[in-house]
Amino acid sequence: MTALEASGRNAGPAVEQSTAGSRPLTPATQHPRRDGVRKWAEIALFVGPALVLFLTFVVYPVVSAARYSLYKWNGVSQFSDAEFVGFSNYTRALWGGSDPATQQAFKTAYSQPFWEALSHNFAIIGLSLAIQLPVALLVALTLNRRFRGRAFTRVVIFAPYVLSEVIAGTMWLIIFDPNGIATQWTRAIGLDMPAGGWFEDPTWGFWTVFFIITWKYVGLAIILFLAGLSGVSEDLQEAAAIDGASWWQIQWRINIPLIGPTIRIWAFLSIIGSIQLFDMVWVLNRGGTAGQYSTIASYMMQIGFFRSDWGYGSAIAVIMFLLSFVIALAYMATILRRDNANPRKAR
Amino acid sequence: MSVDTQRAGASSTRTPRPRRGGGLMPEGSTYLAIGIGLVGVALTLGPIAYLILGGFRTQGDLAANPTGLPDPFQWQNYWEILSGPLFWRQLLNSTLVAVATTAAVVLFGTMAAYPLSRYRFRGRELVFVIFTTGLMFPLTVAVLPLYLLLRDLGISGLWGLVIPQIAFALPVTIIILRPFIAALPKELEEASFMDGITRIGFFWRMLLPLARPAMVTVGVLAFIGSWNAYLLPLLLLTGDPSGMTLPLGVTTFQGQHSAATTMIMAYTSLAMLPALAFFLLMERRIVDGLTGAVKG
Repeated sequence: MTALEASGRNAGPAVEQSTAGSRPLTPATQHPRRDGVRKWAEIALFVGPALVLFLTFVVYPVVSAARYSLYKWNGVSQFSDAEFVGFSNYTRALWGGSDPATQQAFKTAYSQPFWEALSHNFAIIGLSLAIQLPVALLVALTLNRRFRGRAFTRVVIFAPYVLSEVIAGTMWLIIFDPNGIATQWTRAIGLDMPAGGWFEDPTWGFWTVFFIITWKYVGLAIILFLAGLSGVSEDLQEAAAIDGASWWQIQWRINIPLIGPTIRIWAFLSIIGSIQLFDMVWVLNRGGTAGQYSTIASYMMQIGFFRSDWGYGSAIAVIMFLLSFVIALAYMATILRRDNANPRKAR
Repeated sequence: MSVDTQRAGASSTRTPRPRRGGGLMPEGSTYLAIGIGLVGVALTLGPIAYLILGGFRTQGDLAANPTGLPDPFQWQNYWEILSGPLFWRQLLNSTLVAVATTAAVVLFGTMAAYPLSRYRFRGRELVFVIFTTGLMFPLTVAVLPLYLLLRDLGISGLWGLVIPQIAFALPVTIIILRPFIAALPKELEEASFMDGITRIGFFWRMLLPLARPAMVTVGVLAFIGSWNAYLLPLLLLTGDPSGMTLPLGVTTFQGQHSAATTMIMAYTSLAMLPALAFFLLMERRIVDGLTGAVKG
């Protein structure tokens, strides 16, 4: 980086001197051919570093993942020795593979945990829209007024978003320790913790994790909605109030429709984030001791990296990518389309 | 509809109302707002306060009386962590990685966004589209091959974090910066060329200072992303804890001191503080950056 910075700085003045006299205005008007070369050199200089980094460390690994997914490989031996297995890594994940001899065993060992992990991702998507969205919307609508301590409230509610999932997760691990404060408090009100423990319980483990995810991310939704609401004209609301509209009617008929675009973008981010969720569930006992709240990403790491089944892990990665890609395209084509077609945004 | 707007227009011209809070909102909801605000603040700060206070407890106090104030109040956990080198090393590692990532992302991102917004050349939109596809490739998808690539290239340690993090942060950076740079008035460039300044000179002398607000925004986002990163450190920084960044350091510490919960609480609290401090300093920027990114 420093080297490039330096070369950029050196190039600047040097080039300037050679051209200063001859070019009064946009260089391209005078010597098309020489300027063409120069222009391309400049473009290469400016875009080059970013493009090279991006192609090498983003595009190439993604393409490699697609390639590895067609092989059986442990990640240690030479890749050239790896066995080409076609789409069998995919079929193994989806329905246990097509070989009748192993299908039943593979179904239990691979296919079942895969679908379980996937179902958790979709449960998180569904619950985010069914629980986080209304909660965040209600909080944002009530906080959307001037009151003492408003700025403080906003800052505090948003704070968990900037904490790392890992540190927040570790904090909640301690709070939901079987002997921790959560257990003592539930006992104090005459209940008990879930039978297997807050995280280990087959049913409640998932809900505990969903609660933690909500704690971490609901603030983002509230802040985004508040930003949207601050752009809704007060005249509109006052006019409605003069016409006798109740607080609820104003929210329902004016504020919520007008921040629709913000809500839809938030939902988009939330869906994509839910599909790729990893850090939090990994910190919370690697997706659960029996995978109670595993996600596709945690399943991929479990198998690919920690059990050295790189071909299979890569196939899971590709499935995850295709899933978010298809969902993103479908969402943009259907739900976001009207927002983009219609320039009247909330703000 | 037309009646409504007419009436609204008339009333707003006739009686200029003072702009209090919700203006004419039905009364009582201010108390509701304060109530909900208080609940939100308690739910947010409660766990954090519990964690920080827990660091001042003894192990026995935590088991017996987790709700009240620490009794006895002891500094030992915090003192032990702060007087040893491990926490400081990890803090330094996290800082180095985040600063290097941020600086490079902002520099390379601005450099790339400049021609993509202000030059005209064939293939410009193609290059831009290539960068935007990056939004669809999360690190999770690429992480296994990325690990192998870094191993083959011999890039290890903190550089192994910095370089991929730059690459993965570039798309969103360029997407945010491009419209901002494109919106700068064209006359600036023309005047500069008139004065004999080249495009490269224009970039260094005019564009960088003018684009600073947007650069701060993308820089803050890149910094937070790097500071909180876990997946890559998990794969790359195995072994010696003093080579780790804070998030990985916290989980490793937790694994090694599983019996000493109050010690883990102290360590986690300390690891949390820099992020909270940064957040309080940059809150406005973070919110602007996120809402800006969301509105595209």
